Amino acid sequence: MRFYEYEAKEVLKKYSIPLPKSLFVKDSDSAFNAAQNLSTDVVIKSQVLSGGRMKAGGIDFANSPEEVKEKSRIILELEINGLLPVGILIEEKKKITQEYFAAVTYDGRAKKPVIIFSDMGGIDIEEVANSHPEHLSRTHFSAARPFSPFTAKNAVAAVGVTGRELNQLSAIVTNLCNLFLERDLTLAEINPIGKLEDGSIIALDCHLDMESEARNTHSALLAEIGVPEEDNRQSRPPTQFEIDAANVDAADTRGVAGNLTEFDGNLGLIIGAGGGSLTLFDAVRAAGGKPANYCEIGGNPSVAKAANLTKLICSQPKVDKVAVMMNVVSNTRVDIVARGVIKGCIEAGFDPAEKIAIFRIPGSWEEEGFALLERYGVDYVDRSVSMHEAAQRAVEKMKGI
Amino acid sequence: MSILIDENTNFIIQGITGREAVTMAKELLDYGSKLVGGVTPGRKGREVHGVPVEDTVRAFTNSQSIGASIISVPPAFAADAVNEAIEAGIKLLVVVTERIPRKQVAQFVEYAQQEEVRLIGPNCLGIISPGKSKLGGVGGALESCEQAFQPGSIGVMSRSGGMTTEIANSLSESGLGISTAISIGGDAIIGSTYAELMPLFDADPETKGIAIYSEPGGRAEYELAEYMESSGSKLPVVAFMAGRFMDEMPGMRFGHAGTIVEGKADTTSEKIAKLSDSGIAVAEKIEDIPVLLKQRIR
Repeated sequence: MRFYEYEAKEVLKKYSIPLPKSLFVKDSDSAFNAAQNLSTDVVIKSQVLSGGRMKAGGIDFANSPEEVKEKSRIILELEINGLLPVGILIEEKKKITQEYFAAVTYDGRAKKPVIIFSDMGGIDIEEVANSHPEHLSRTHFSAARPFSPFTAKNAVAAVGVTGRELNQLSAIVTNLCNLFLERDLTLAEINPIGKLEDGSIIALDCHLDMESEARNTHSALLAEIGVPEEDNRQSRPPTQFEIDAANVDAADTRGVAGNLTEFDGNLGLIIGAGGGSLTLFDAVRAAGGKPANYCEIGGNPSVAKAANLTKLICSQPKVDKVAVMMNVVSNTRVDIVARGVIKGCIEAGFDPAEKIAIFRIPGSWEEEGFALLERYGVDYVDRSVSMHEAAQRAVEKMKGI
Repeated sequence: MSILIDENTNFIIQGITGREAVTMAKELLDYGSKLVGGVTPGRKGREVHGVPVEDTVRAFTNSQSIGASIISVPPAFAADAVNEAIEAGIKLLVVVTERIPRKQVAQFVEYAQQEEVRLIGPNCLGIISPGKSKLGGVGGALESCEQAFQPGSIGVMSRSGGMTTEIANSLSESGLGISTAISIGGDAIIGSTYAELMPLFDADPETKGIAIYSEPGGRAEYELAEYMESSGSKLPVVAFMAGRFMDEMPGMRFGHAGTIVEGKADTTSEKIAKLSDSGIAVAEKIEDIPVLLKQRIR
């Protein structure tokens, strides 16, 4: 779960990381007032969960409250990668003499957290890694032991920083590591960290991601900075179709029938589970099909749950047919899913024989499932027909429409 | 032969009285696996399908040598259960539980490394050496499991539990069969990666080839490619890469916790290029995996 910059800065403040003064506002009149209270020179920053704000025109500068008001109006209406900002951050503009980069994340290869530090901040860090590797350090540390500040010092010193800067930067990186560990973050990045003319060092922009699985542990912090419980912070706001599917999933704890993402095609997909759904989605596209949705079903959902998900997908005006496909299942009962999708199809007002393009779920209780499908005239295949062949067959049936 | 487990591996299930674990216990006993008991705090004295339940792992390890443990407890208790098993001296752990926060995974993986414990998972369906034993829900009920997992010569490693069975099924249908299949788990940090398990397959005379299932996110495929280039491994490897559609959708998570495209290196196209450069064949469809393997096995 990604934080907006203004939220992330509230969190940094709690960990004593120095920041420029700023105010989060939602309209241009409030921006005018904020500018009056802050400074003559300010930065106006779009609050949107997307990178590349500067390039897209989402960050601008102003040196009077009138100019702030004018430019705020433009930025508030500017879409960046299809997203409108939730507001803008008005921040005092600082003169920077040197920029640094600091990030903490997990390295899946080392299986440990890693500090990535550079004295070439403000630019694309992958570019620094490729062109100036001596200006970038990677320092692993233990997630099991309490964080010890020498690790942060090593990370900063490794790129050649010394003197007063070393001590100031080590303190910031230490606080960032403590924040990362204590708040179950998967990414804590400050870019750039800026050195001012008076020698002090502050965090100018930051990106924090909290592990979704750990949200409950940090509900007090989230409430304090104003993150609503239902806000899932995907890279775009959920569509009604997606919200309805999440409700179907939440209404019944047995199994999974949800995690639906809407696409603009006409073939509804009821696919499972984790890896199988990725494989099948690719297979449908490779066969020339246009999926109306991604979803996951598995872990033994009840008949009602499978039925409700099917009903929802069949009811979408853009869905011409649905394909029900899974890999060979280990712990999901084929007959229960078969019963569920037939029920959902009928409840949505369609003939399962027409609406279901193909049913390919091999595994336990498949004979009972296949007998049921037979009775309703639904086209089904067993494990001798591969996932890719089944997807191909579903796509071919769509061509008749 | 097989790797990690065979017909003599005796083991327990932590969280054995949970709904999913009770089903799993039945399937494991039906398969002939040496399940000797299970742990659920406060349930000492009960039985699950004829095997005893104890309050602690120590209750088993104090009186006998236990080869492995399956951890099937809710996410909030998983890290503690893993630590308990490591402390009791068990050297092979299969962590089935999903949705364990990454910090806790990093913590117990580090502990396992220090104590030289082999850890599979989390968020996995376990290990199967067909005809000998299985640890975990992989393959499901006896009949369906035996159909998909026939004894043979291919080692399987998969980031998806379900796809472990799908790939095994295609290998069994083709007559190649499976030496050992491992569902390695779908999280961003896992106890054992492809490259860490490869030396075990290299040392197994029965294994003639490797099939892997892979996804976007992480660097495990790069690690495998480097292993193939540097180790002198003679085993032909065929990979299947799912989630190609995700290349166009950075920042979105589909399927497993470990699948997210954050940078160019996470995309399937970059991974396919790297795997191919190291001599690994990349299959376009599941049914191509046995065909490609047969071409490469001498």
